[in-house]
Amino acid sequence: MTPRQKRLWTLVAVLAGLGLATAVALKAFDSNLQYFYDPSEVRAGKAPSGKAIRVGGMVAKGSVVRAPGSLQVQFVITDFAQNVTVQYTGLLPDLFREGQGIIAHGELKNGTFIADEVLAKHDEKYTPPEVAKSLKKRHEGLGADGASATAPAATKDEGTSR
Amino acid sequence: MIPEIGTLALLIALVLTLLQATLGLVGAHRQDAAWMRATTTITAGVFAFVLFAFLILVHAFIVHDFSIEYVAHNSNNELPLLYRVAAVWGAHEGSLLLWVLILSTWSMLVSRLSKGLPDDFRARVLGTLGLVGFGFLTFTMFTSSPFTRLFPTPLDGADLNPILQDPALAAHPPMLYMGYVGTSVAFAFAVAAMLSGRMDAAWSRWTRPWTVAAWMCLTLGITLGSWWAYYELGWGGWWFWDPVENASFMPWLASTALIHSLAVTEKRGLFRNWTLLLAIFAFSLSLLGTFLVRSGVLVSVHSFAADPSRGLFVLGLLLVFIVGSLTLYAVRAPSLQSEGGFAPVSRESFLLLNNALLVAAAGLILLGTLWPLVMDSFNLGKISVGPPYFNTVFLVPTLPLVALVAVGMHSTWKRASYASKGKTLGMLAIAGLVLGALVAFVCYGSYGVPLTIIGFGGGFFLMASSLWEPVVRLIRKQPQARAAVGMAIAHFGIGLFVIGVSGVASYKIEKDVSMGPGDVASIAGYDFRFLSTNDARGPNYTAREGHVAITQGGQPVAELTTQKRQFKIQSNAMTHAGIAVGWNRDLFVALGDELGAGKWSLRLQYKPLVRYIWLGGVFMALGGLVAILDRRYRRGVVEPVTVVGEG
Repeated sequence: MTPRQKRLWTLVAVLAGLGLATAVALKAFDSNLQYFYDPSEVRAGKAPSGKAIRVGGMVAKGSVVRAPGSLQVQFVITDFAQNVTVQYTGLLPDLFREGQGIIAHGELKNGTFIADEVLAKHDEKYTPPEVAKSLKKRHEGLGADGASATAPAATKDEGTSR
Repeated sequence: MIPEIGTLALLIALVLTLLQATLGLVGAHRQDAAWMRATTTITAGVFAFVLFAFLILVHAFIVHDFSIEYVAHNSNNELPLLYRVAAVWGAHEGSLLLWVLILSTWSMLVSRLSKGLPDDFRARVLGTLGLVGFGFLTFTMFTSSPFTRLFPTPLDGADLNPILQDPALAAHPPMLYMGYVGTSVAFAFAVAAMLSGRMDAAWSRWTRPWTVAAWMCLTLGITLGSWWAYYELGWGGWWFWDPVENASFMPWLASTALIHSLAVTEKRGLFRNWTLLLAIFAFSLSLLGTFLVRSGVLVSVHSFAADPSRGLFVLGLLLVFIVGSLTLYAVRAPSLQSEGGFAPVSRESFLLLNNALLVAAAGLILLGTLWPLVMDSFNLGKISVGPPYFNTVFLVPTLPLVALVAVGMHSTWKRASYASKGKTLGMLAIAGLVLGALVAFVCYGSYGVPLTIIGFGGGFFLMASSLWEPVVRLIRKQPQARAAVGMAIAHFGIGLFVIGVSGVASYKIEKDVSMGPGDVASIAGYDFRFLSTNDARGPNYTAREGHVAITQGGQPVAELTTQKRQFKIQSNAMTHAGIAVGWNRDLFVALGDELGAGKWSLRLQYKPLVRYIWLGGVFMALGGLVAILDRRYRRGVVEPVTVVGEG
């Protein structure tokens, strides 16, 4: 094989590989992008129904309800402007509790979020960045109306002062 | 006073790295023998001062010196000694210090164990490593000093994050960093080759053991991390495509490609430019990993509190090294062209395909990892890329690779003929697939998922193909090179890994149940009886403990204890899973919450063949170790090699 043929052969192999990779990637990519919405966006109708999405916010105080002995649980997540009810069946993560920032994976159904996975990350100081950002945005919006007392507790620095 | 000595030691090390870089690079350029010799001494000095600073921090943790902010935030009077030491690298500042320590260790090893290297070449390698060290020491000192004082001194510390209080996690970061930082050695060799314009077989022979050593550590580090996530996070998964996992996996893929490409460069003098580029990629991906983890731009278990200035600094470092090395590449690579060709069916071709597939996988994983960041920074919405994407883009290139490895191992350089081995390989492949189908239908009673039999079959084929040559040689009492045996062991490990993944992915069962004492739930033919719960306590936590007895057909299998731990200082809850380990399956029980009405939530899991995933990783690393011990590398170390310059 001459160097010229070799180069040609290499080029063909690389191009074929690249083409295949791109096709596979685009297809897999397209079907696996999950968008994030906060409760205000959900309430404003921006989130699609019946499609896998993520929603996130703080678990509202006193909102966690479960029938005794049942794995099914219902709670409200809030960005302190709007609320969304979430239903979930299964084990909740260790750090799930009221007042904690969480992200849920699942679908919207008639305005209720049916979660197949609930994530609360492994650090008490930690609020998922999407949630922190959304809270900050909503908080600034509220601040203009002078009704902002609840949100600061929800920011990232909670607990670091110790 | 002692912490200030630590700061001073780091400062001296910082100045020394600058000297190391200058004397090394300029000295080699000017061919100044005194400067080049001094580089070696200075490298040892950097190591000594960084080690000293590191030991001061270890000491501060051991004696509970809460006047240091970093200690106060990450330790506690009740924290056991082992975790006090591990807490040194439990958060941002200390883990950076560990990064620098490991870099200076690698540099020191290179300077000591490279007697065979020409002086100017060694000086250039050490000089480049000095530059990297200078960048990271600056970062440590000016944005993330672990010795910052806290006033007033608290009586007690805030404790180490509970999920980090685990033996595997004490070992995971150092091992992973050994691998991450080890890629800087291959990078430095590549830079030295480009600067000196020399890249011959001897160059590859010097570079290979270092690259394999780094790759080995990376392999073990990733394996440890996967094992830890499996049992400690309480989820029972072994890989989550978490961005930080990807950050360690991409350099692994690039390093794997690099060690194979280096083989071609050593034996045949081909792929030179590509080898250089891969060395740059591997190191860049390691730096990118550091940036992703340290900057806090990513949502992850691993990311510590975000600080924009840190992110910018690492990003700057990243750009300097990538742009710098690629510019050098653009200027110098044309003078390091390869010569000679090879037939379409040859070892070279197989290794070329190996490289193309590994790099494609790394590129696609990179895309999925960075895309959410790109979208977010252009305000195009907050997205995440789901695990199915990563599964697809990883499987599509690597599944063909399994068959290619099994066949390619037996190919020869230049032109391969399968006249003698083709038949045997064909039979091994068919036997593998038949065995795979048998395992699927007889052991697990079903077809599984679409790729199950291909996975099992490919795994068995690869294991058999790897063992074949060494076993034949053993029987015929023929000598065999350690490098070849190492390769066989590592490839055998890939086979084990593929079998483990296929088993878990096809036949795992996970079930969340609500159970009261005395209740029984069944999965995969195992009966899980929830016995009782009680309170328990550990050194720095209290726990609710659940007991579960497992039987199979009335025969007792195991009695497991699972805990929901409540840590005293950080009021974190942590699930500690109960796991019954077996050669063919794990049974996994995790205690959830009290649900009322005397019931508890429990997660029950059946994980067939899961152990082979990590065993595979261990075999890969072991193969690397055996390969490094090959005679020809040792000869290169002990006797000076006479080198014929080609560039």
